[in-house]
Amino acid sequence: MLRLAPLLIVTLLVAPILAGLTMALLPAFGYLPALGGERLSLAPWRELLAQPGLARSVAVSLASGLITTAVSLGVVLLFLAGASGSRLDRWIRRLVAPLLSLPHAAAAFGLAFLIAPSGLLARLVSPGLTGWERPPDLLLVNDPWGLSLMAGLVVKEIPFLLLMSLAALPQLDPDRRIAMARSLGYRPLTAWFKVVAPALYPLIRLPVYAVIAYATAVVDVALILGPTLPPTLAVSILTWFHDPDLSRRFMASAGAVLQLGVTAAALVAWWCLERGATRLGRHWLARGGRGQGEQPLRLAGRALILLATLSAFVGLVGLALGSVAGFWRFPEALPQSVTAAHWLRALPTLAGPVATTALIAIGATLCALVLTLAALENEQRSGRHPAQGRLLSALTLLYLPLIVPQIAFLFGLVVVMESLGIRPRPWLVMFGHLLFVLPYVFLSLSEAYRRLDPRWSQLASSLGASRHAVFWRVRLPLLLAPLLTAGAVGLAVSIGQYLPTQLLGAGRIATVTTEAVSLAAGGNRRVIGVWALVQACLPLAGFALAVGLPRLIWSRRRGMQGAP
Amino acid sequence: MTAGHRLRLQAIEISLEGAPLLRLDAAVGPGEVLTVMGPSGSGKSTLLAYLAGFLAPAFRASGRILLDGSDIGRLPAERRHIGLLFQDPLLFPHLSVAGNLRFGMPRDKVDKGERVEAALAQVGLAGFGPRDPATLSGGQQARVALMRLLLAEPRAVLLDEPFTRLDLPLRHEMRRLVFDRLRQAGLPSLLVTHDPQDAAAAGGPVVDLAGQ
Repeated sequence: MLRLAPLLIVTLLVAPILAGLTMALLPAFGYLPALGGERLSLAPWRELLAQPGLARSVAVSLASGLITTAVSLGVVLLFLAGASGSRLDRWIRRLVAPLLSLPHAAAAFGLAFLIAPSGLLARLVSPGLTGWERPPDLLLVNDPWGLSLMAGLVVKEIPFLLLMSLAALPQLDPDRRIAMARSLGYRPLTAWFKVVAPALYPLIRLPVYAVIAYATAVVDVALILGPTLPPTLAVSILTWFHDPDLSRRFMASAGAVLQLGVTAAALVAWWCLERGATRLGRHWLARGGRGQGEQPLRLAGRALILLATLSAFVGLVGLALGSVAGFWRFPEALPQSVTAAHWLRALPTLAGPVATTALIAIGATLCALVLTLAALENEQRSGRHPAQGRLLSALTLLYLPLIVPQIAFLFGLVVVMESLGIRPRPWLVMFGHLLFVLPYVFLSLSEAYRRLDPRWSQLASSLGASRHAVFWRVRLPLLLAPLLTAGAVGLAVSIGQYLPTQLLGAGRIATVTTEAVSLAAGGNRRVIGVWALVQACLPLAGFALAVGLPRLIWSRRRGMQGAP
Repeated sequence: MTAGHRLRLQAIEISLEGAPLLRLDAAVGPGEVLTVMGPSGSGKSTLLAYLAGFLAPAFRASGRILLDGSDIGRLPAERRHIGLLFQDPLLFPHLSVAGNLRFGMPRDKVDKGERVEAALAQVGLAGFGPRDPATLSGGQQARVALMRLLLAEPRAVLLDEPFTRLDLPLRHEMRRLVFDRLRQAGLPSLLVTHDPQDAAAAGGPVVDLAGQ
């Protein structure tokens, strides 16, 4: 059984994506017998290219992918380079970590509350600085160039890239590298960029690519913060797909293929940038500049990461204020009256979606944990490690669902399910979530699992414990904390999913996320505040358990307090 | 304790990707300690891994490991009845001291609690059963690790530089304790070390892998 686990995982991840892509590709060229498309033709493409504003949609999608990634990565690297282990730096790191669990949609709503013309920021400086007595007529949210969209994405991608880097850094032993470079006369920040960054980047390259892919094709954040006339390509595709005129599905399929191309183009463009940076970097390294004027850069790194982090938190505060606000006249920074009415009115409608969200998240996470443990345990027992050839490629496949844009294969998958006669059910949505939960759970757990000192299991078997006993009585208890963290990551990923729920549930399965995002168009801040807050809090419950449970269980075991 | 066991290593040869690494032919009688010495890279740890049943797939080994006359070379580690003592005590951090001692005890023992207490008393740790192993001193942990090994009733023991991490006075004391106990139990042991004093304290034959 165990031996089949890696194969099962790869099949589970790759087969739906291939099937989905195929069923997007065929209709894109006019072939979908169920809708009367019997012959291959280019008509869907002609129709797609005739859509007004298509070029703008594509440009915004492409730009948001590249700019979001460049800004997020730049801020993270600058912060890490300038970080000196001071109390401020550690405080910033601790502040950033919980943001990873914050669903994209909630972060986007928070930012929208913050920067909207009638938002918290405008209220704080009005009328004092601006003289505004009423909200100015500015298109700050949903701006046509997608700047607010990119800002919303940057707020979420910074924590992701930062934590990925922090996880990879220890194996590079950065302190000794820096000490060596400084003994050769390099200033600390320059030393970091010259001796740590070049070794770090290859380790976080795949997460960086995942950010590019995500930012070019995101739907929920684009519905909340993105441009509207025309929207980004991914949002347009979704609109066409949901058009009551079913023949538009052909054009939607062509759009999905185009989206695949846009994401691929963004990845290729980034790869070229990488090559260019490597070449320039080599020159810069060899020139031997020791660095000067570092202080401003160091400050910039901290200031930017604080700005991004604080805007997320203040946005959440804005959401909370909005959800309890009674009367709230424009330039006032705080509501004149506070009321529980919005919460009371929302409560009866919250229960169902919260339960569905929890059910789907727990189901998908448990499946992912079992599969991940089976694959990792198989790796241990067969003594084969990922660095040895074959498994390396399997590991790269784990990233496939994170690098192929969701919209490009998900609705092809819907077509597959429809033609198989499979009706939307919670388990189908759960399966859709598993595609995205599994990679994150695997990535989150595999490091700890592989790093566990092999002498523990050797010792246990020399004491007569069978392989099963070693797994249940030694490895699992020792890895309880990382196991629960991986579970919390899985829950958070599932709770934040919008598109798989919407498409595989055919709009009939309501989770907290789909409900919250559907409120975006309405613009009722009170109700949005309630739903977005609930959405933000659910993943936190998982992380609270992941942190609290091991402390409770191991309260009398000092050796289990730190990381294993 | 039991009458004594015999370990016979017959024409052991280990190679890494075709390149021969070490060869060994030896017999270890009850209560005897065979010391294997050699610089790092000479294959000492590989030899232990092979005997205990954890040889990495990249290595090839031939020869026979006879324990009381039967070849255990193909058995999984947990059925070889070979005990291990590492540099670190490696007490399971999620179990109590007693939990650690019970972990390796054969299932059919009915008086586990009494045996644990008796074992602790023998090394001057009476009443330590419910303690968290992390609260014990290094020397106390090393003694618990030794008793855990003995309670599992192994038929042979492999020692992987078990004294290097201890400070000097403790090292003398532990050497004496470990070798006395192994001799009493009639266990054939194989000690891997680069410390000549370990070899002298063990008092048995010495094989030097460096000369090969």
